[in-house]
Amino acid sequence: MKITLDHVTKRFPNRNKKIREDVIAVNDFTFEIPDGKLIGLLGPSGCGKSTTLNLISGLEMPTTGRIYFGETDVTDIPAEHRGVGLVFQNYALYPHLTVLDNIMFPLGNLRGSEKLTKEQMRDKAMEVAKLVQIDELTERRPKELSGGQQQRVAIARALVKMPSVLLLDEPLSNLDARLRLQTREELARIQHETGITTVFVTHDQEEAMSISDQIVVMKDGLFQQMGKPQEVYDRPDNLFVAKFLGTPPINVFEGTVKDGKLYIGDEAIFPVKLAADDSAPTEDASANASSDAAPADGRPVYVGIRPEGFLPKENGAFSLTLKKIEVMGRDTSVVATHEKAQAATIRAIIASDEAVHEKDGIVRFDIKPNKLHLFDRTTERRIDYTAL
Amino acid sequence: MKQKLRQYKAWLYLLPAILFLGVFMVYPLIDVIIYSFEEGFNFVTRTSQGTGLFNYSYVLHDPYFVQALKNTFLIVIITVPLSTGFALLLSLALTSIKPLRNLYQTVYFLPYVTNTLAVGLVFMVLFKKTAYTDGMVNLLLNAFGAPSVDFIDGPYWAKMLVMCIYTVWVVLPFKVLILTSALASVNPDYYKAARVDGTRPSRIFFRITLPMISPMLFYLVITGFIGAFKAYSDEVALFGTDLNAAGMNTMVGYVYDMLYGASGGYPSYASAAALLLFLIVLTITCINLMVSRRSVHY
Repeated sequence: MKITLDHVTKRFPNRNKKIREDVIAVNDFTFEIPDGKLIGLLGPSGCGKSTTLNLISGLEMPTTGRIYFGETDVTDIPAEHRGVGLVFQNYALYPHLTVLDNIMFPLGNLRGSEKLTKEQMRDKAMEVAKLVQIDELTERRPKELSGGQQQRVAIARALVKMPSVLLLDEPLSNLDARLRLQTREELARIQHETGITTVFVTHDQEEAMSISDQIVVMKDGLFQQMGKPQEVYDRPDNLFVAKFLGTPPINVFEGTVKDGKLYIGDEAIFPVKLAADDSAPTEDASANASSDAAPADGRPVYVGIRPEGFLPKENGAFSLTLKKIEVMGRDTSVVATHEKAQAATIRAIIASDEAVHEKDGIVRFDIKPNKLHLFDRTTERRIDYTAL
Repeated sequence: MKQKLRQYKAWLYLLPAILFLGVFMVYPLIDVIIYSFEEGFNFVTRTSQGTGLFNYSYVLHDPYFVQALKNTFLIVIITVPLSTGFALLLSLALTSIKPLRNLYQTVYFLPYVTNTLAVGLVFMVLFKKTAYTDGMVNLLLNAFGAPSVDFIDGPYWAKMLVMCIYTVWVVLPFKVLILTSALASVNPDYYKAARVDGTRPSRIFFRITLPMISPMLFYLVITGFIGAFKAYSDEVALFGTDLNAAGMNTMVGYVYDMLYGASGGYPSYASAAALLLFLIVLTITCINLMVSRRSVHY
């Protein structure tokens, strides 16, 4: 089922009573989650991801705005009537019930014409248990299971009543690294087999990128960007998204665009032509001014270069002070510094068969244009450009 | 050699505790068992007239003991379930309200910090018939057209009623305290999960809340049973020291009377009665433990 959030805002009264101002957990969210897809809600902790999930589930009511499932307005429908399955971060499995009883629990709530016999419940529960591959463990209690198995039970319990929407809150954060890798494939498989619209929350960008059909990036309660993982990675809308996605993270430099060339420090990296309408989305007057006027000392920008965007060249345009070279086998990571860089060190990933030419502690690179992103210095929004 | 030294050391460290426990716990316990089999033991001469089960037979045939046994059992059977049930209801109510919760919590906890005898005095005002007034409760009864009842010196059922109300009231705060904290420690995610699944409140209570707090509930039942079996001071607070005359004696009261009461000075009978009480409490606790194995979830 398609989920639509229409200008949804959620405020909480501040817990510190001295501060009158409310905490805005979710600020004017508008986006549409397509039917039958796996969506990752991604952002640093405290950015309102879980609140967004709770709003969709109905456990929290939005302060303003509407939520739609398909064409139905569900904003005022309480959680129990929305038909969502929710998997908690700590799984919330009932410790005194067996795995089977846990999975059957939601079915026991059905009343009237929907009421099931004990056999029907058992059959349904076993069917879901098979789907998540825990049908061997149904007589055990949750504490006799490993973290990954508990996770599956929690998913089974959420799936057993055939919800129209499946919501998962940090589904993988309680698992160890190895299990996490396995379980996320599993999650993708289950979603694919059931075709249920699934939204999961994570702060781990790798997790979100690897299995999501689309990701939604959030920060401080504000919607940042939504799209296919690769698209968001390749075309981040702003500096935050660019920094948040990708490991190792993107390298950010302070640069200027002057006379049709991009400068970092004194070096011209390559000639660029800024898109004419790049200043249109910026409401900021000063940003407008800086893009059109003030050509004399150029337009200040942030330059983001992905670690894989560095091409070692003996007479490359961009020179960095070499710190060390880490050989990882498959590829080599060059750790360097630059005075215009935001971070203390810069990390470039190059193929291990490529040679690094060091001269007097300086390494030189050419930059792949599609791995370099420009952002406005004040609004931090993306500036589209064409490399000449 | 070193091994042995270490053992001596261990015993040395344990010595203070062993001495203390030995002198004040183990020795008296053994002594009580011995007294209970020694016929007519005399504290002063430290002699007895023989050994056997005579003391037990005497105690079991003593009408005062039978009365005390009956009273104790009634108090236990009535007050333990009632107080635990009330405490659960109050705790549920307390955890589900937000405004004034602290005030209510304080009010419910007051009996716990109030002196037994002071509470007894309050109950006297409520229930005692004097030359000037029939007491608050009787005034209330009269207002509804019912005749006055002498709750303190009157019929047995009236005295037992006051006794049970008093006991429930006195033990309630501790149970409320334990249960509110038990309820508060249930992870709210369980309730959220149940809510998303559309679980009815009654089902949430019986399938989630109750099993989750069952260890604490069980603890309260066990300690409640033991506490109620040991009831004595509450009876004194209400009916004075001559409990036998009031017909409201308890087993601990009987033991006390046999030792120090006006008709006292019979350590053998007291020991036999104390051991009988011990056996009863032990049996009940064992039954409790067996029941709990099926219904308590740790």
